Amino acid sequence: MSDLYGGKEGTTHLVMGNEAIARGALEAGISVATGYPGTPSSEVIERLAEVAGEAGIYTEWSVNEKVALEVAAAASFAELRAIAVMKQNGVNVAADFILHLVLSGTRGGLVLVSCEDPGYLSSQNEGDSRTFARLNEIPLLEPGDFQEAKDMTKWGLELSEQIGNLVLLRSVTRMSHASGDITFGPVPGERAQARFRHEGAMLDPEGGPMLALGLRHREVQEKLKKAVALFEDSPFNTYEGPEEPELLLITSSACSLYSREAIAVLGVQDRVGLLKMGTTWPLPPELMKKNLSRCDRILVVEEVLPFLEDNVKILAAEMAPEIGIKHFYGKKSGHIPSTGELNPDLVVAALGDLMDLSYEPVPAEFREQADALVANKAPPRGLTFCPGCPHRASFWSIHNALELDGRKGFMCGDVGCYTLAILPTGFSTLRTAHSMGSGSGLASGFAKLKQFGMDQPVLAACGDSTFFHAAIPALINAVHHEADFTLVLLDNSGTAMTGFQPHPGLPISAMSDNAPAVDMEAICRSLGARVEVCDPFDLTRTRETLNDLMDDERGAKVLILRQECALSPERKASKPYEMRVDTASCVGEDCGCNRLCTRIFGCPGLVWDEAAKAARIDEVICVGCGVCADICPHEAILKEEI
Amino acid sequence: MGAARLARDPYNLIITGVGGQGNVMASRVLGNMMVKDGYHVTIGETFGASQRGGSVMSHLRISKEGSWSPQIPRGQADFIIALEPSEALRLLSVFGNPRVRVLSNTRPIHSVAVIAGDAKYPSMNEIQSSIQELSADAWFVAATDEAVKMGNPIYGNIIILGALAGTGAFPMDRESFKTVISETFPEDRVDANVRAYDLGMEMVSRSEKAHDGVTLG
Repeated sequence: MSDLYGGKEGTTHLVMGNEAIARGALEAGISVATGYPGTPSSEVIERLAEVAGEAGIYTEWSVNEKVALEVAAAASFAELRAIAVMKQNGVNVAADFILHLVLSGTRGGLVLVSCEDPGYLSSQNEGDSRTFARLNEIPLLEPGDFQEAKDMTKWGLELSEQIGNLVLLRSVTRMSHASGDITFGPVPGERAQARFRHEGAMLDPEGGPMLALGLRHREVQEKLKKAVALFEDSPFNTYEGPEEPELLLITSSACSLYSREAIAVLGVQDRVGLLKMGTTWPLPPELMKKNLSRCDRILVVEEVLPFLEDNVKILAAEMAPEIGIKHFYGKKSGHIPSTGELNPDLVVAALGDLMDLSYEPVPAEFREQADALVANKAPPRGLTFCPGCPHRASFWSIHNALELDGRKGFMCGDVGCYTLAILPTGFSTLRTAHSMGSGSGLASGFAKLKQFGMDQPVLAACGDSTFFHAAIPALINAVHHEADFTLVLLDNSGTAMTGFQPHPGLPISAMSDNAPAVDMEAICRSLGARVEVCDPFDLTRTRETLNDLMDDERGAKVLILRQECALSPERKASKPYEMRVDTASCVGEDCGCNRLCTRIFGCPGLVWDEAAKAARIDEVICVGCGVCADICPHEAILKEEI
Repeated sequence: MGAARLARDPYNLIITGVGGQGNVMASRVLGNMMVKDGYHVTIGETFGASQRGGSVMSHLRISKEGSWSPQIPRGQADFIIALEPSEALRLLSVFGNPRVRVLSNTRPIHSVAVIAGDAKYPSMNEIQSSIQELSADAWFVAATDEAVKMGNPIYGNIIILGALAGTGAFPMDRESFKTVISETFPEDRVDANVRAYDLGMEMVSRSEKAHDGVTLG
């Protein structure tokens, strides 16, 4: 039995924030957990899927986040507890359903867990979905440490049930992907029975149909008021510091840990008060009044948008007759950066400035010595496709096909590992990069610009999971409107970017059960698109097929490039070729190739040996895909079947 | 093994390397060992870029008090462990201080910028002398090369953990390691990992520890 499910009440475990959220859901007795993979959210569903059998719960990787929330909401409507988990982008995908779901309300506890990415460490954006709580008038919870990540997930499910509406729980990368030791609570043994009561009157919240109706807007607000009343006494809102500090620091989420550390680093525990809020929308007014009355100077520490700052200011303005005029510091004052993630040093800087303290983390002498000896000595480590990655081979051929075509054609990008093809590792092939499925939508649009004189061929890239998530409607649009472009489906048999979760195209479910695989090739053909399939490791055939498709101007075409991700368990388990460089044949700098293999192809497993002035295989890194043997014009790279 | 107490609270340790070297696994194993020994542990990781050739870091905060920030403040590392040697240089200017100790692997992984000829990888001599200059103690271990001899470069991270125990700079209990490994890996992989750990310990203790660092392997 796994610790996550079987770990006994009162025992201590070192868990990732996402595992703490998963445990909290189990302690609340959830029956259903759904999600779509996205860093930093994926481990919540991964871990729950691993214990689904023993815990008797249902988990799935849904086709996209909107469907994930709908599947979880159905459980709630049938009086079961459920969570839907996604990254910040996903909340946008689910947004249309959220807007309507809050109007019908919920029955069994339902929590939407959004794991967000301040500082865009693993995202193209640092979207802040806290505003969705305000937009949709639902409660927002933000755990401030790992224990709270568990406890607040459990409490969020209870809260949702108490008020009869959705609750948003927001984590961030430094909480979700950080780890801490936490104490487990009990996991209930009894499982709820599912039943959807729909026979009652139209507006009966307990036994009627679940209908999103505008006339229920007032009910939504009444539910929110109930939540605020509960927030007033919540143990997740804490104050540490003197009764009357010189400065009040208000914060939430991972910023609580940075703030506590900054106060300790500066040694101002007896001068600065720390108000850590766990219930950040709506802010409980009585609790805020009490704390805002402590002093006149207030620093708000948070990441991305000034969400907390704005909401505190609104309350302070309303309360001004009672609590007096306050001076606010934070993002608007420039003390806290308006973009990017925070860390203890940034909070130290803000606090040091406001408290008139200077702080030197290391003696100047050491700093100067370090600057002289090591600053900028470590070579840059830009992002690159893995050794043996099929995308490197695919983009090699796509890039060459576009060059050979010669009409200044281009490729629209999408979301996945292959987004890295905006960089030299993918030969800078992708010329647009936006949201899930947008490459196909944009290509569909570019292709309709012929009547305005655009004569460049248009390509779009899309991964297999992304195809199911959001590209199918764009492809349908293109077929119907005879938009002339080629969609290149990079089918690497999994949601590789986020840790190889299954998707509807695979014969396996999140819970490792057999599942009917949805055939993407058949879908494309059924839409009426011309479809070709190649192995991207066959460089010549891939390039030739793509050039042929680009010359075919009859609407939308699809090229499926099928080769498993180099990190898939199957490929990791086998090395097809032993690679070596024949030093007699590699003439190094004297070859006319201008070091094509190392300067351009850029696989981490094929390095340049300065001493020998020749290419060399790094046998620790090389996975033996064999592709580099086909790019060497001098046939100096040899592959031997193992 | 070493002192049973931490030199400082929180004790700040960074494990750095390149995606795919088992950085996260090493931090998890060490963290779990310390939790078993009654400490509070907070670990901050860089993910996402991890398997795509980027630099990766795990920040460990080990404390008798409670949770700390998952990001160590600048200049506050007590120990830096580098699974890739140039990554130690990258961190020393940000997190180093006169008390910092360094344990480094000796096998370089060339970044694509180096492979393409756009950047230069410093010589091992330069790396070792810079690290020695900037640290209170330094150890260099040929962990990957030994792991390759064991049959799989992935054992490099566990050899390094064993070497860390061997330095005595840090209270690590071999029994806790065995327990954690048994809980982490399938049974058939436990022995090899314990062998790797012992090998790392041996590699450090076999050689006389010099104040200004030693090269082993």
